[in-house]
Amino acid sequence: MTLLTLDVFLVLCGVVLGTVATLIAIDAAHPQRWGSAVFWMVLAVAIGAAKWLPPVVVGYGVLGLTLLVATRRVGAPRFARGERSGLEARAEALGNRLLWPVLVVPAVAIVGGGLLDLVKIGEYSLVNPKQVPQIALGLGCVVGLVAALRATGERPLAAAREGGRLLQLLGWALILPAMLAALGGIMGKAGVGDVIAKLVANMLPVHLPFVAVLAYCAGMALFTILLGNAFAAFPVMTLGVGLPFIVKAHGGDPAVMGALGMLSGYCGTLVTPMAANFNIVPAKLLELKDDYAVIKAQAPFAGAIWVFNIVVMYGCVY
Amino acid sequence: MIKLLGLFLIGVGFAFRLNPLLVVVVGGITTGMLAGFSFNEVVAMIGRFFTDNRGLLLPMVLMVPVVGVLEKHGLQERVAALIRRSKAATAGRVAWIYQVLRGLTSMLGLSIGNHAAMVRPLIAPMAEGAAQARDGQPNDQAREDIRAHAAAAENVGNFFSDDILVAVGALLLIKAFFENAGVEVALGDLKRWSLPTALWVVAVGWWRYRRLDTRLKKAAESKNTIR
Repeated sequence: MTLLTLDVFLVLCGVVLGTVATLIAIDAAHPQRWGSAVFWMVLAVAIGAAKWLPPVVVGYGVLGLTLLVATRRVGAPRFARGERSGLEARAEALGNRLLWPVLVVPAVAIVGGGLLDLVKIGEYSLVNPKQVPQIALGLGCVVGLVAALRATGERPLAAAREGGRLLQLLGWALILPAMLAALGGIMGKAGVGDVIAKLVANMLPVHLPFVAVLAYCAGMALFTILLGNAFAAFPVMTLGVGLPFIVKAHGGDPAVMGALGMLSGYCGTLVTPMAANFNIVPAKLLELKDDYAVIKAQAPFAGAIWVFNIVVMYGCVY
Repeated sequence: MIKLLGLFLIGVGFAFRLNPLLVVVVGGITTGMLAGFSFNEVVAMIGRFFTDNRGLLLPMVLMVPVVGVLEKHGLQERVAALIRRSKAATAGRVAWIYQVLRGLTSMLGLSIGNHAAMVRPLIAPMAEGAAQARDGQPNDQAREDIRAHAAAAENVGNFFSDDILVAVGALLLIKAFFENAGVEVALGDLKRWSLPTALWVVAVGWWRYRRLDTRLKKAAESKNTIR
């Protein structure tokens, strides 16, 4: 029995999203008022109440969201930034009081992450140990919000309005990560990974030690680019290419292979729009004109790190 | 092979810059139906996986009200004003230091931030403020370049130093996978072999962020000569 579960924070997310939807619905000046209001309200239910709904209902809800986005019925109004001089004066007046609500969030997340699962009242533990990091972060956000409201003297509704401004900048990108996870799950059920691993193993002369390393690292990067997730690529490529060729055929060290193989997968993560959480969402959140700007900045990193991984793996694995 | 059609559709969709959400949903439904599931079964699968993974939205949805309300009162301006006091700060150095710090905490298995909690409220305005102090107000292209590198610093710092001192994620997953496959691997070896790349990434960052600073300086100088 646990007292504080992740569901509490997911319901809280639902409340935030529902408030954003309501604010859009009563805003007659919103350019895509009803499409946007429906989008955020359906999302609020899908996030906040999914636990109590049959999966097929959530599934159709998500399809509905996709249709609204695909038919361009969801949008954000042009938000006027406050007057620059006014903001600077306000920043001057409030000083570092503006900063510490931002810093308290990771502080609570780290301290809570270390302590929350130690709290026990008789047989009741405070939280489920598996959910500790997310719950600690959720708590951090709540503490940060209270601190931010106190520092600025705003009411909670203003937080929903300002949060809604940022959420509408994100729009469809917000649900893309969860949808990609769903896609990965379906691909796993359909056995797509095994097909790819076989293709790589059949097409390349993996009986040569160097080619085996190259094929494994390239496969990790490519498969991660396709699926957006190195954790999904790892078991497939390691079973299909790594273990049979590098370890069994050539006697390579599995620890070297595993560590550097995963790191090669991360190079794929840096350059794929499928890793939306890391690449597309930040581009939207930072209001970049080019959705691919973060990927473009990261591409040279990915190349340099990937080549290094291959060199180290080939030099040390055998 | 026919199972790959869904992936192929996704590739084509991204290449033609169709809406990624639509592309992913169509790709998922295609893959599921080619594997022999009915439409309703695939929709139910989407619903279940979406439900299981909806926690991914949590840090974003709960953090943006905090950031939004502070920005309304000049958070970005405050951060920029603070960084302008430092003469040595440049956009590239801010990004490099953040990448290294992010890497160090990631080594300990801690997560100090993400794009909503750190990059938008603190790192991007710091980098922009530093650039402005050195080269004057950055133009749109320069601002885009700076912000993209601030986001890159978060990702690169986050990914490549995972678990080296305290394992909580990726390395445990690797160890568990090998155990299931009947291969004995020591966690200490996995940690040791993650270290070279973690150090290399610091050097790569130094190179990339210096290039960013050089680009920004050149852009500022050419602007001045035209004037």
